[in-house]
Amino acid sequence: MSARNGRDHVLRVVAPLAIGVAVLLAWHIWVRMFDIPQYIVPSPLLVAQTLVADWDILSASLLITLKVTFLAFFSAVIVGTLVAFLFVQSRLIELSLFPYAVLLQVTPIVAIAPLIIIWVKNPDAALTLCATIVAIFPVISNTTIGLRSVDPGLLNLFRMNRATRAQILFRLRIPSALPYFFGGLRIASGLSLIGAVVAEFVAGTGGAAAGLAYQILIAGFQLNIPRLFAALILITAAGVILFLLMVWLSKLALGNWHESELTDRS
Amino acid sequence: MNVVSRPDQALPADPDSGVVVDVLGAGKTYPDGTRALAPVHLAVSSREFVTLLGPSGCGKSTLLKMVAGLLAPSDGEVRLWREVQSAATQAPEAAGRKLAFVFQDATLMPWSRVRGNVRLPLDLAGVPRGDADRRVDDALALVGLQGFDRHYPRQLSGGMQMRASIARALVMEPNLLLLDEPFGALDEITRTRLDADILDLWWRRSLTVMFVTHSIYEAVFLSTRVVVMAARPGRVLREVLIDEPFPRSEAFRVSQKFLSCCKELSGLLAEAAASGGADPLAGAPT
Repeated sequence: MSARNGRDHVLRVVAPLAIGVAVLLAWHIWVRMFDIPQYIVPSPLLVAQTLVADWDILSASLLITLKVTFLAFFSAVIVGTLVAFLFVQSRLIELSLFPYAVLLQVTPIVAIAPLIIIWVKNPDAALTLCATIVAIFPVISNTTIGLRSVDPGLLNLFRMNRATRAQILFRLRIPSALPYFFGGLRIASGLSLIGAVVAEFVAGTGGAAAGLAYQILIAGFQLNIPRLFAALILITAAGVILFLLMVWLSKLALGNWHESELTDRS
Repeated sequence: MNVVSRPDQALPADPDSGVVVDVLGAGKTYPDGTRALAPVHLAVSSREFVTLLGPSGCGKSTLLKMVAGLLAPSDGEVRLWREVQSAATQAPEAAGRKLAFVFQDATLMPWSRVRGNVRLPLDLAGVPRGDADRRVDDALALVGLQGFDRHYPRQLSGGMQMRASIARALVMEPNLLLLDEPFGALDEITRTRLDADILDLWWRRSLTVMFVTHSIYEAVFLSTRVVVMAARPGRVLREVLIDEPFPRSEAFRVSQKFLSCCKELSGLLAEAAASGGADPLAGAPT
């Protein structure tokens, strides 16, 4: 059993790694064999070299993009959670506001971003606002569902013991909502990065902030394709690290009790 | 059988030794006209073990929830210790007048360890930590869960989860214990053990118990009195005294008396099912 588990763990790492190495190798050979010019497709080696050579420019841009991403993520979590609490307090509030939350969700951010960038003077604030709009919906909907999905038996138990409204909220509703809340965080973290990059694209080269999307735009104009690839890799890596961070957070909070985080399914 | 008289029977009666639960024509009809329970009259005296027995839909859980104050009766009223029980005001809380309810499922908080779950009623009541922990230890010892206080509910078997749930009910030191089909989801062997343990607790802690079940054997083994109920509409059919002294041993389960009690109860239930009450479809003569 444990030997089989161990093998499973090794496979989990080795198998995707092998695919990655194979693809990189094939890519490298393909570029070399057909003599593809670097302004069409650069070899992975060249991309890696560019990543190192242009690290100063790229890392500065990465920091700017990450700043917008984190600001957007935190405001989405804070505002989204507050809205969810508002929704469960009163059915009337939820019924009146929920359609607008959906409206915000279904409107493509690229369509409203230009307006926001015009209206909001501070470019950082404008980008953060765009990314927040993208990321907030899963936080609202998941936390609302979570706060509502309380075991009716436990609710009866609390009521029989004359629990106050605050006791029911802190000891019952919030713990019940946590698994849903962390599910929402996981989606929101990826969406805030996407929102930040998209907003930067819309802001374009005219924007004062020079995030990774700005680097991609400029590199595209200049046919500096290796740098474009390098910036792309940084965005992807940032997304993966954000996701893993959320997985770790959720494990930290729910690891002991919730089914979704249990590893020993005996 | 070895008959042991209860040592406290010789003591002068305490002020609450009379009727604990008084169901005065309480019934439940839902706003859509569905009649869950026709008006019931039932009195439960202190230290009785009364079982509500009947098929699904006979209103036995409804009756118990009305006694607990979880459900408001649409007719009549329920009195606990001579005070009107209502869903709005909850149970009258005074020394020697506490009720606890054990649900069909263990209903434990999955995010909290066994200790936290059992301590919940004390935490909600604002009992200081040290005092609460001592009482939790006592309650866990009563149900045989010593050493499991650091476990999460998911790490316990179904029977042990139920024990934790019972410990949580006992931690407030109730006088009236209401159990709503507590062992329905457990296997026969575990259920038999828990039945014996509940009986033992009732005996040692001088509790008044109302117990809901659909098992005839369980009802006969546990009760001083069985209230037989029928469905469509939910109503009380008859009350049967189980005239067997306590403490009851496993030998009672295989005795002639046990068998005849079971026969009487199943006869009553079959009769009720055949007559079909107010349901014209079920009442067709054969």
